[in-house]
Parts: sequence; C-alpha cells; structure tokens
Amino acid sequence: MHPIVKTVLQRLGLGVVTLFFVSLIIFSAIQFLPGDFGEAVLGQSATPETVAAFRRELGLNKPAYVRYFDWIGGVVQGDFGTSFSGRDSSGVDRSRPVVELIAPRLGNTLFLAGMTAIIAVPLALFLGITTALYRNSIYDRVVNAVTLTTIATPEFFVAYILILFLSSLYPVFPSLANIDPGMSLGDKIIKTTLPALTLTLVIVAHMMRQTRAAIINLLASPYIEMARLKGISARRIILHHALPNAWAPIATVIAINLAYLVVGVVVVEVVFVYPGVGQLMVDAVRTRDIPVVQAAALIFAATYILLNLTADIIGIVTNPKLLHPR
Amino acid sequence: MSAANGTGAGAGKGAGKNGGDVLLRMTDVVIDGFSDERWHEIIKGVNLTLRRGEVLGLIGESGAGKSTLGLGAMGFVRPGCRLTSGEIMFDGMELRQMPEREKQKLWGTRMAYVAQSAAAAFNPAHRLIDQTIEASLRKGDLSPKEAEARAIDLYRAMQLPDPAEIGYRYPHQVSGGQLQRAMTAMAMAAHPDLIVFDEPTTALDVTTQVEVLASMREAVEQFNTAAIYITHDLAVVAQMADRIKVLRYGEEMEEAETRKMLKAPEHPYTKSLWSVRSIAKEPETNEDYILQIEGVDAAYGKGLKILHDVNIAVPRGRTVAIVGESGSGKSTTARVITGLLPPSAGRVLFNGTPLPAALKQRRKEQLQKIQMIYQMADTAMNPRHSVAEIIGRPLEFYLGLRGRAKEARVLELLQMIELDESFMDRLPSELSGGQKQRICIARAVAAEPELIICDEVTSALDQIVQEGILKLLLKLQQDLGVSYIFITHDIATVQAISDEIVVMLQGRVVEQGLKTEIMHPPYPEYTELLLSSVPEMDPDWLSNLLAARTGTGDL
Repeated sequence: MHPIVKTVLQRLGLGVVTLFFVSLIIFSAIQFLPGDFGEAVLGQSATPETVAAFRRELGLNKPAYVRYFDWIGGVVQGDFGTSFSGRDSSGVDRSRPVVELIAPRLGNTLFLAGMTAIIAVPLALFLGITTALYRNSIYDRVVNAVTLTTIATPEFFVAYILILFLSSLYPVFPSLANIDPGMSLGDKIIKTTLPALTLTLVIVAHMMRQTRAAIINLLASPYIEMARLKGISARRIILHHALPNAWAPIATVIAINLAYLVVGVVVVEVVFVYPGVGQLMVDAVRTRDIPVVQAAALIFAATYILLNLTADIIGIVTNPKLLHPR
Repeated sequence: MSAANGTGAGAGKGAGKNGGDVLLRMTDVVIDGFSDERWHEIIKGVNLTLRRGEVLGLIGESGAGKSTLGLGAMGFVRPGCRLTSGEIMFDGMELRQMPEREKQKLWGTRMAYVAQSAAAAFNPAHRLIDQTIEASLRKGDLSPKEAEARAIDLYRAMQLPDPAEIGYRYPHQVSGGQLQRAMTAMAMAAHPDLIVFDEPTTALDVTTQVEVLASMREAVEQFNTAAIYITHDLAVVAQMADRIKVLRYGEEMEEAETRKMLKAPEHPYTKSLWSVRSIAKEPETNEDYILQIEGVDAAYGKGLKILHDVNIAVPRGRTVAIVGESGSGKSTTARVITGLLPPSAGRVLFNGTPLPAALKQRRKEQLQKIQMIYQMADTAMNPRHSVAEIIGRPLEFYLGLRGRAKEARVLELLQMIELDESFMDRLPSELSGGQKQRICIARAVAAEPELIICDEVTSALDQIVQEGILKLLLKLQQDLGVSYIFITHDIATVQAISDEIVVMLQGRVVEQGLKTEIMHPPYPEYTELLLSSVPEMDPDWLSNLLAARTGTGDL
C-alpha cells in the first residue's frame, strides 16, 4: 500500500475515534442542562402524571449509559431519534424525526457556506499571493488595512452596513434571505448574496494574511535565493518556488474558516433570517429539544474533524518527502 | 562525454591561462550591510580581476565577507545589503547600476552560483532535472527535450550514478554528495562564463569531497568556465585555484598565484593562516581503562540497527578519537555511552563497573563523571542564561556550591578557559563562536568529570579558532588528567589531539590503535581511503591522488 493511502486511512480512523469521544462529551454536557426536560417540553401546566408518562415514553427514566448507547447506536444507523417538540400536554403527538428537521436546514447551511467559499477562498488566495509578491508596497498596505478592518468589525455590524448600502439605499439585493426548497437556483443565489458577502468579508482577512505570511516566510530559504540567482522572475519565484511549499499552512487556515462557515454563522443567519442549522440549534437549546441539539452538535464536530483531516491530507500530499519516499 | 579521470588529472591547472581576456573586473567595490539600526561596510573597497577560464580562490575566516564578495561579483546582494560604490564590469557591462530585470537575464545563463548546502539550495518541491534546466529554458534557445538531454550529459560529466534517471528524483531522494554535484551541473547547464562556488564541499565527508572536487574541476576545465572558488579550507583551494586572494574583515590581505602563495605568503595574516596546522601530540597509552565498551549493538526504535558489536577502550587520561563519515555511528556511540540510547546488546564499563544502560537508572555521581561538549555551542546553551548561570549550574547541581563559593569557582573556570570576569554577565548572543565553545568547555569541566565526550566540537569553527580550542583542551588534560573521547570527521584534528584512534564504518569498528600505528601503513582498505582523501596543501595532491587511484583501479 502506498504510504499516503496508509496515512490517510490512519487519520480517518483517528477521526472516527475523536468523533466518538466528542459524542460522549456532547451527551454528558447535555445532562448538565438545568431544568427537567419533561417540564420544559410540556410546559408548567402539565400534571406530574403526564410528565412521568412523558419521561417514560422518551426513556428518560433509564440510566444515562443506556440512553447514550441507545442514541449512538441509532446514530450509527443514520437514525438521530425523534424531536421532542410537537408534543404537548394534551397528548397529541405531531413530533417529527430529527433527520427530517435537520436535513433541509443543513442543506441551506451548506449552500451558504459553499457560496461563500467559492467567493472567499479564491479571493483570499489571490490577495495573499499578490500581497506577498508586492510586499510592502502601497497595494499591500491597503489590502492589509482593509481586510484587518473587516475582520475587526463585528459580523452583525458588517451585515447591517451591507443591508444599508446594498438593500436600503441602493436596492440591489434583498435583505431577507428566507429561502425555501421551492425556489429556483437563481433566486436562491440572489437571496443568499448578502449573507455570503458578509461572511466573505469576515473570513477573507484571516486566510489572506496566512497565505501571505506562509509565502513570505519561505522567501528567506536558500532555495529561493538560488532561484533568484538563476534569474527567475519574482512572479515565478512566488508561484513556482514558494507556493508549492506553502500549501500545508494555507490549507489549515482555509479548513478552519470553512468549518466556521458551517458551525459559527448563527449571528448572520439571524440578521438575514436565513433558515440554517445554527438557528435551528439555538431554538432547540431554548426548547430543550435534546435530540436536535445532540444531532446538530455531532454534525458540527464531524464538520470540524473532516475539514481538518482534509487540510492534513493536503499537507501530506504536497510534501514531496512523504509523496515520494526514498 | 566525460573525459577519463587520468587525462584531466595529470594536466594540473593554471598553465597558460593568464593570457585570456578579462571577464570580470571589480574596482573599489564597497558593499554595506544593515544591522544594529545602521549601515556598515562588509566589503571595504576590494579590487578583483578574473580572466576567462581562470579559477580564483577566495579564502578567509567566516565573517571575512567571502560570500558577500562572491555574490557581489554577480551584481547580487542579499536582503539587507547594498552595493554602495565601485564598479563591477562583467564582459563590458556594469553590474552595480544595472536594473534588476537586466541582471536577471544574466543570472543563471551567463553567471551561475553553487551554494554551500545543496540540500537547502534545491527546492524540495521539484524534481532535480526541472530545477537544473530552469535557467537554460528561460534563455529560449533549447526545447525542454534538448535541455533535459544536455542536463543528463552534465550529470554524466559530473559522474553521478545513473545519469539518465537521477534527474527525475526529488532532492531528498539523493545523497548530499550527489546533490552537490547535481548543483554544479545546474550551474553549468546554460554554459555560463562565470561560476561562483561558495564553500561547495564544506558540508561533505572527506571521501565524498574528493569525488566532488574532481568532477567540479574537470567540468570547469572542459567548458573553459571562469570561477570564483570560496572556501576556508586552504588545502581545498590549493587544488582548485590558479590564483588565491586572502580576505579579512572585508579587505584584501594579499593575492598571488597559487604555488607562490603556498610557498611564500607575504602578509603576516596569511602566514598565520598557513601555520595553523602545527599542533602535534606524541601519543601515549595506558593500561588503566576508564571506559570500556563491550560488544554493543544499538538501534533506534524498531528500525535499522545502527551499531554492530562495537568494542572501544578508553585509557585513563588519554584521548581517543573516533573517526568516520557521517552515518558511521560515531554520535550513536556517544549516545550509548551517555545513556541517551540504551544498547540492545553489550555493556559499558566505567572504571571497571558496568553503567546502567538507561540515563534514568544512573546515579548523580555517575552522570557527573561523564560530560559532553557539542558541535553547535549555539544550541547547547540557553540563550537567556548569562555565562555565570551557564557555568554555575553544574557547580550547584553536582557539587552543591552556592553564593560566593560558586562565584569564585566560576571565575576560576573562566580563567582556566582564558576568559576574564567581564564575561560573567554576558549572554551567549554576545559571544563569538570560539568564546561560546570555551564556555561549553568550562561548563563540562565545572562538573569535575573524569571523561569528556567532544562531539565535533571544532567543526563549526574557523581554523585559527579551532587551534585555540584544541590547545585549550590539551592543556586541560595535562592539568586535570581528564580523558577525552573525540568524535570528528576531520583528520587534521585527530592528528593534533589524539593518542588513540578508532575508525568506524557503517556502525562497526574497523580499527583501534595508537595514533602512530593507525596513521602509518599498512592500512586496512577503508582507513586508507579515509586518510588518502584528506586534502593536503600541495596543489598537485588531487591530481596525484586521482592518478594513483585510477592506476590501481581503486576509485
């Protein structure tokens, strides 16, 4: 087996183990949420008998470890359980499977994250590479200053500024991003533009600065001096001699930012009324809808692990010492 | 393509070349460097003339400005430096004021550079051949196929193994000596008029160095390339150069034709450079052994075995030099002695009693009796500790000295290493290379050890400084009766300091004996190769050696 395949499989295995420990942490953390689930779901008016029956029905009277294995056993088979919401003290059960609740929301979140990534990642790489090439020039300083400003501004503020200019004063894009499954792709894209732009402004600085730093860091290497002494142009030195050795740190920072796009955008979702997983999770925490909270947390953890794994793998395959062993 | 060794070897060099056209003329060149918030001169008005096909040797200690001047000859300065004044005429063009874009057209095509560490100067991300032909492709007169074919011819001329295939490997897949030759091939690729060699063999083992020197000299002769050969090794420059220029503190001391320079140096500084290899110690032995290594095998992790049945005995109060190429197991042996790497078989006796294999099992007194001095004094000292703290630490730890007693002892030790109390409060960054190594010696001696292991302690130092360090170690041995294990690949150091020599090859001891026995024939095969590869000050040494080796079919 090629050593790279072996390493990737090893990392994947480690990722699964990590995810298992994360599931333990999520499950036990939720045990510490204050209040009684039954009461929280059914409301103050529920009689003790109804609450007890409800707890029995959900299996809340079983010991924690049994409930954990029930849950994780289901998850492994793709069954995240049934939402607590949709029930009330009257006994009518309109509750839905967690998967049914989360799937469309997750689709929306991934759509927004994907759209942002398509704009932000190439933009960050372009700015990072060009600022490294023209380092210490006016261009470099302006780009650095602007991106620093956007990253230093709270994201809701960036969002409102964009709404003010691009929606209120000059109505180019809608300020509400309330997409639904019936819309055409074009409508979806137009509705999602402002949140995607907001997120782009938030994450581009980090990726661009890391790209610039990773390249400049390499410019002091003897092999870059050698390339200069071969008469290689500055542009080719950056693109051909520095960049191939800089992918590992760049991939890491891109992975962190992409993960943020999936798990950390609840504020932006609220501002634009975007139906993503972030809002769903916040609502679920408020209503003590434990199965939904657990499922969302697990999906977030898996996203982080998967993206970091991808960054690791990019680091490995761009390292010729690992790609071409002796 | 490659001329047989014998033909190039007998020809020598220099004869009849001084009549060529002048290729490079540097006049009153001043190069400034920026440090400590101000500009100061690194090269202080140097003149240099180089004719076509001629090799000029540039020698001096580190910090003399050799590399700066060599790069300056190409109109190149490192970041933080500037070409302040003077004139650099290369084939009718003035380089100092030429715009960078114009100079880029010359670099790699008409003038090329060979760096000290080929391992660092090749881009790890690209295949050797792509890097070799990069500059010639830019010139545009060759198709990639033709350029590759030419590169393969050059690999063959540089006597690289498997020349048709080796270029398609990545830098980490070939050895250091091969990389150094590939880099010379890269410099030659566009058939430049001038090559600057910057210490190209310093990082190599002596046995590898011979082959690299021979192939570089032949390539330069074959293409009638002019070269500036920078080195601090006089014996090496004697083999390569037609003329030698001596630099010190950015100024020229003197310049002369190689043979004249070797026979009759004029400047007092040059004379002092020539006289450094003067220490010689009469070897003595002793039947009383302080350390015996018996049948030791050692391996890293579950990996390959590094040491195979190593037996070494160190007589009390004497110096045993362990010599061999990199990878021969010298440093691993030191790690076994100190307990850093427990052996998988065999044992280490100290004063006749076996030492526990692992460091953690050893008692404080056992640790105290064996001390170590490292190659890189820089990294062996905590940069935030003052000299007094560095030397005081073992005094406190092993001997329990505190306060005034400790301070007095630190002062004594400083005097012992020929430094004074003004050094007490200095940080390592405020010391020169030689001073740093002296502090490391004082720290080792402070523990009052019976055995000191010196791992390549002089390799990173200039020859004059090396001389001082070796004299100091000899004096300490006389005064304190301490025994040394001296790990080195430098045979001149061995000559200077050792009583006994251990020759190692691929993790095995090839020979151990008194210096006078080992250094005199008949030698075992490998010792012969090792000893004969050490360059001598005779300018005909390389030619004679190659002729002799070709004659016996021994290369």
